[in-house]
Amino acid sequence: MRKYANIAPKTYPFLVIILAVMLWHIGVKLSQVPVWILPGPVQVLQAMISHAALLWHHTQITLTEALLGFALSVALALVLALLLHYLNWLCQALYPLFIVSQTIPLIVLAVLLPLWFGWGMFPKILIIILVCFFPMVINLFNGLKAVDPDILNLFRSMGAKPLATFRLVIMPYALPSFFAGLRISATYSIMAAVIGEWLGAQRGLGYYMTLQQKSFAVDRVLAVVVIICILSLLLVKAVDLLEYLLLPWNRKVYSQQLYQ
Amino acid sequence: MSKLEVKGLYKTLEGVFTLNNLSLTLKEHEVVVILGPSGCGKSTLLHIIAGLIPPDRGKVYIDGRDYTCQTGRVSYMQQKDLLLDSRTIIDNVALPLVLRGIPKELARRQAALHLDDFGLSGFENYYPRQLSGGMKQRAALLRTYLFSSDILLLDEPFAALDAITRRKMHLWLIDLQQRFRSSVLFVTHDIEEALLIASRIYVFSARPAQVRLEIDMQSIPHRPDSLYRLKNRILAELEGE
Repeated sequence: MRKYANIAPKTYPFLVIILAVMLWHIGVKLSQVPVWILPGPVQVLQAMISHAALLWHHTQITLTEALLGFALSVALALVLALLLHYLNWLCQALYPLFIVSQTIPLIVLAVLLPLWFGWGMFPKILIIILVCFFPMVINLFNGLKAVDPDILNLFRSMGAKPLATFRLVIMPYALPSFFAGLRISATYSIMAAVIGEWLGAQRGLGYYMTLQQKSFAVDRVLAVVVIICILSLLLVKAVDLLEYLLLPWNRKVYSQQLYQ
Repeated sequence: MSKLEVKGLYKTLEGVFTLNNLSLTLKEHEVVVILGPSGCGKSTLLHIIAGLIPPDRGKVYIDGRDYTCQTGRVSYMQQKDLLLDSRTIIDNVALPLVLRGIPKELARRQAALHLDDFGLSGFENYYPRQLSGGMKQRAALLRTYLFSSDILLLDEPFAALDAITRRKMHLWLIDLQQRFRSSVLFVTHDIEEALLIASRIYVFSARPAQVRLEIDMQSIPHRPDSLYRLKNRILAELEGE
């Protein structure tokens, strides 16, 4: 029984999804809504299968943009958080600006950036970085700040070099918060790429979606939405896996006190 | 010669006069307990001895040499175990050896030799969060011991433990000290603890800390009545009579 009790909660989301899809299917059948307004799940699936090659082509473009933008954001976030942590004046100068950067409406940027930088990949990457760097910088920065000063004192009393202290204490302490930010950013990255493509692109899922929307091919629009969800989930799972591998001490099995 | 000697320390911390002309000695193989009211500056004193903060005036001598403001000579254990969550027990206790430049595998092997004495054998590959408070504290003590075995500064190392575990740790510490013969400077505000483990006791006044009383436990007969009278005398001093 206990075994089932542990597995059951993980299946709940899938049950909800299956239930929702069934309701959707029945609702569409009963109400007889025209397909160009709301297609049923079957039509969406059909659209995915019949346009698989085309969708795969655009998915590759979007995924490339998202991964590239995401990787650059990670690098930027690492550098920025460390600079902010070690240079107090820089922190005071930049921290408010980071907050301001998050108040800029994305849609406006998505319109303006192609105007300034053309329809290539660069403006999309910029948007992704703008969306993704913030949660990572803030989380990593807070993680670096949260290190127990007594541990730093202990290391100082043992005559540890700053680099050793960073490697042994500060980094392992900050990594879990960094991964919290990384997970948020991973969910945003695909969406940010799509928003970037939405208003000015010649390739990619966002571009494909605008095209289909204009021709009232709602089934294909929704097919793209499903792909975006799947890609985002996969990316989050990849982050989870990375965390599992890199932070063994943080795994649930190791966080329970076993012996009194 | 004294193992450790502190001479005429003065310290004002963030505008608060904390240490007032404080002097004390720790002889070889001695367990000296510093008893004082909470917040009297005991931890400040240990921070200065460990070299973490400079005194305003005064000197710290170890084996006759001036060690004021120098870290890395004595080992220092604080109330919290301060084990690294990211490292297994064996890597945590071997840490001081690794920091000294000893290769990781060798450091692990050296540290492993002591696991039994510190009641940790079989737990080397566990993470600190999996262990109980007493075990973590013993691991912290082993780490302290492996850093420098001749002088240990222990700042209320068992204060966070429950009474039963604490009692066990006292007996274990006494046994350990008799075998390893380290010189121990032990800070606490628990009189029972002091009477149990000390060879000498310094009683501190409230802030700014001064030595109010120095008791040589060797000169006190270990009879309930004399210990009781001693306890009352210390209590009176602590309450500032």
